[in-house]
Amino acid sequence: MLEITSIEKGIVIDHIPSGYGIKLFNLLKLEKADYTVALIINAFSDKMGKKDIIKINNKIEFDVEFLGLINADLTINIIEDGKIIKKVRLTVPEKVTNVIKCKNPRCVTSVESNIDHVFHLVDREKRSYRCEYCDDIIIPYSK
Amino acid sequence: MLKGRSLIDPSDFTREEFREIFDLAHEIIKNPEKFSKSCEGKILATLFYEPSTRTRFSFEAAMLRLGGQIIGFSEPNSSSVSKGESISDTIKTIECYADIAVMRHPKEGAPKVASQSVSFPVINAGDGGHQHPTQTLTDILTMERLKGNIENKVYGFCGDLKFGRTVHSLIKFLSNYEGVRFILISPEELRVPEYVREEIMKKKNVPFVEVEKMEPYLGEIDFLYMTRVQRERFFNEEDYIRLKDRFILDAEKMSFASPETYILHPLPRVNEISVEVDIDPRAQYFQQAKNGMFVRMALILKLLGIY
Repeated sequence: MLEITSIEKGIVIDHIPSGYGIKLFNLLKLEKADYTVALIINAFSDKMGKKDIIKINNKIEFDVEFLGLINADLTINIIEDGKIIKKVRLTVPEKVTNVIKCKNPRCVTSVESNIDHVFHLVDREKRSYRCEYCDDIIIPYSK
Repeated sequence: MLKGRSLIDPSDFTREEFREIFDLAHEIIKNPEKFSKSCEGKILATLFYEPSTRTRFSFEAAMLRLGGQIIGFSEPNSSSVSKGESISDTIKTIECYADIAVMRHPKEGAPKVASQSVSFPVINAGDGGHQHPTQTLTDILTMERLKGNIENKVYGFCGDLKFGRTVHSLIKFLSNYEGVRFILISPEELRVPEYVREEIMKKKNVPFVEVEKMEPYLGEIDFLYMTRVQRERFFNEEDYIRLKDRFILDAEKMSFASPETYILHPLPRVNEISVEVDIDPRAQYFQQAKNGMFVRMALILKLLGIY
């Protein structure tokens, strides 16, 4: 079995549904990181069968709250001195700004630069969101 | 207090605030001369990025009849917009010259972006297939003049309910009133958008049905709101041609309607209401267009804080 060692300091995002790790990786813009990042896909999980994991080394100041948009069941552990010092509990955010983009080609956000892309939660179960400008409803991270 | 506010969406004002506008509009209709100098020294800017007849003319006529003046464009190619200027830059510039602005734009949410960029009132005169709140003011004023009030009524909406911005605004407005019921008549492809169904009608518990034939329902409808299929919103001409003639209201169909079923239409009409219906006293769409000017006069006066 492939082994990825534990980290001394950083963030571990665990219980990512299999196949979503790369999406989260991109969303967090980790490809631009100048610190060590591990993306583990298809790891064994008792609960989920298969899961993805992201380990971010040596960095703990990270905005991860918006990840609730994708899956509020993700486990996010902040590690220091090799120990979990904090678990971040995610919720499905009521409002998200500049995380997702409207897909309606008639929406003003498709032409006007320098405006925030703002969405409001419509349905917590479906995790559907409504564009502030055109009211189009989207499910940003449906499987 | 409506002074300095913008009207972008029917949810921007409370029922009481809309009441103030309608009461003033009724007063203007009774005695228009009284208001003929109310806006002296004030300038209305009309920014029409999309063609318009009624809305632009009625806003311009409204301001002129209030004694004010107008500046603006009705053809974006004749302004800096054609050079790629952003909406927020354009409106910030207009704010230097005018007291109030009206904007029509093909992009949905454009007037909202404009209103967020400035501190003077911006009025949405139609944004893409999204909202058209001042048409709603026109529609409500017409309905009040015909039946006294808008509560406890059955409203039929027919035609293009998907892209019909006047329909979206009117449904949003009426959903705040007691005893309203909607009959939504359209082909499946042109049904109301999801946000209108889920976020407005269902959340407000408004009874509605979505059907594909108008005849069985005409007898129970108080106001039948006809709309044209919006050619300019289709990305595919074939779809437009296939759907455009699905609902045509003619004299024969009018025989199914009750003597008190009034026919409204935001205009322009293409062929969805036969010309023969125009002489029927229940056809009220041209009176509706006239009321549009009066209610826009009232809106301008309120947003400028003159009344």
